[in-house]
Amino acid sequence: MRPLYLLALVPFIGILGGIFFANRIEPFVLGMPFILFWIVLWVVLTSVVMAIIYRLDPQNREEER
Amino acid sequence: MNVALAIILVFLLLAIYLGIRARRGKDMDLEQWAVGGRGFGTIFVFLLLAGEIYTTFTFLGGSGWAYGEGGPAFYILSYGSLAYVISYWLLPAIWRYGREKRLHSQADFFASKYESRSLGVLVSIVAVVAMVPSYLVLQLKGLGLIVSVASYGAISSNVAITIGAAAVTLYVMISGIRGSAWTAVIKDIMVLSVAVFLGIYFPLKLYGGMGEMFHRIQQHDPGFLALPHTGYNVVWFVSTVLLTALGFYMWPHTFGSIFSAREARVFRRNAVYLPLYQLILLFVFLVGFAAILAVPGLKGDQVDLALLRLSKSSFDPWLVGLIGAAGLLTALVPGSMLLMTSATILSKNVYRAFVPSASEERVNRLAKALVPVVALVAWYFTINSGKTIVILLLLGYSFVTQLFPSLISSLLPNNFVNKWGAAAGIIVGVAIVTYATVGGLGTGDLLPFLPPALADINNGVVALVANAIVTVGVSLATRPFVARSSAPTT
Repeated sequence: MRPLYLLALVPFIGILGGIFFANRIEPFVLGMPFILFWIVLWVVLTSVVMAIIYRLDPQNREEER
Repeated sequence: MNVALAIILVFLLLAIYLGIRARRGKDMDLEQWAVGGRGFGTIFVFLLLAGEIYTTFTFLGGSGWAYGEGGPAFYILSYGSLAYVISYWLLPAIWRYGREKRLHSQADFFASKYESRSLGVLVSIVAVVAMVPSYLVLQLKGLGLIVSVASYGAISSNVAITIGAAAVTLYVMISGIRGSAWTAVIKDIMVLSVAVFLGIYFPLKLYGGMGEMFHRIQQHDPGFLALPHTGYNVVWFVSTVLLTALGFYMWPHTFGSIFSAREARVFRRNAVYLPLYQLILLFVFLVGFAAILAVPGLKGDQVDLALLRLSKSSFDPWLVGLIGAAGLLTALVPGSMLLMTSATILSKNVYRAFVPSASEERVNRLAKALVPVVALVAWYFTINSGKTIVILLLLGYSFVTQLFPSLISSLLPNNFVNKWGAAAGIIVGVAIVTYATVGGLGTGDLLPFLPPALADINNGVVALVANAIVTVGVSLATRPFVARSSAPTT
């Protein structure tokens, strides 16, 4: 278990923990109700987090067959 | 023949052509047919995984939920992200074991890990019940709905279902998973362009923009866009998202796509791209929201028609035809995977468990022969089923989620769960889920002693927790007995 992998917990905290605070309609952000903006934001951030993990994970450098 | 119908037909023929051509000189033994010779790269695996995830249910149901429920629909956008995070570690582990043991199905995986053909049969039954009468029927039903509406009634729903089922049967028998992968190419292009176009066009045309649209909805029905205090509330949201994320890769037909990959990196790379791809759902939601004030009054099952109704009242027939074609493809791709997986499981994991002497060749021939049989059963259910279909889908998802505890523990370096524990856990979980779903009971009904704050937890969580406890308990209790009766394995 690499410490890097702990990063994977971040999307869980953002989506499951965050929803308790983000369940509101106002303020509207980018035209979206806040709750929708919050979820869309975390969908994008999940992708970013996984990209970081992928880049830094030495497993992906060796060809695995 | 009207223009819309002609366009839908062209796409159907294109899908059949691509599906059949996918075979191209490959000798279709079970290895090629079910898992594509384990040679698919990032793009094909992406298309297969995305192809199974974005189904007719996403297309019609996603917009329908936004239209009918509002805020709670956002859970559909949330669980995928977390499932993709898990996939970074889960899928390479499943893939590696599958390649080593040359597995073709999910039931193979359980039978091999727990060294029990009987467990393989149990998993097969759970899998086929989850796939055929619910998921496959839902795809066919959606297909019938889309084609009959988009063809302006020129083709009845039942005729469309029959043609669609026949088309899938044809290319699945000939090309197996390669057919699914190739039709997924055209499907994803179509769905992506149609969803994005509609999601941008409607808010702009009907309201002058997305922000304006959401403000109007907020004025019309304050609070609709967030989660309510009871029912589909925050507790429901968190438990459902978590449960669905765990059950995500337990669908039996997903295993075929996992085994088809060429290398483990394919999954890690897809864990980066797939979350972003989910944003298609945002556009699907926007269509549903736009329909609220434009085609008001849809109730119950009718909400699934929001997208189609709105499109028909706004566009020329050729554009309606393109939308209908996209809808048709969202049913064909997952439908073909479901069909192939069911046939493979019934032949390899059920028939062979009872006739162990059957040759590879015979199992392979039987799997293909079962494709039209399974299709016919699904066709029969589709034509004859009524409203119970929603219950069936819920059941299907809850069923496959019950496979999670014993699957995860089988991947641990020292798995203390044995076949008795795995089987008992699955049976208890499935029983609770069936009882709760058929009786329409929530967590508060099942466990009346819980504080009211937890009453809206998804009832699948209760079944999953009971399942995990039974799995562990029975494994520990049968341990001395199992240790004596069989040689220890490493």
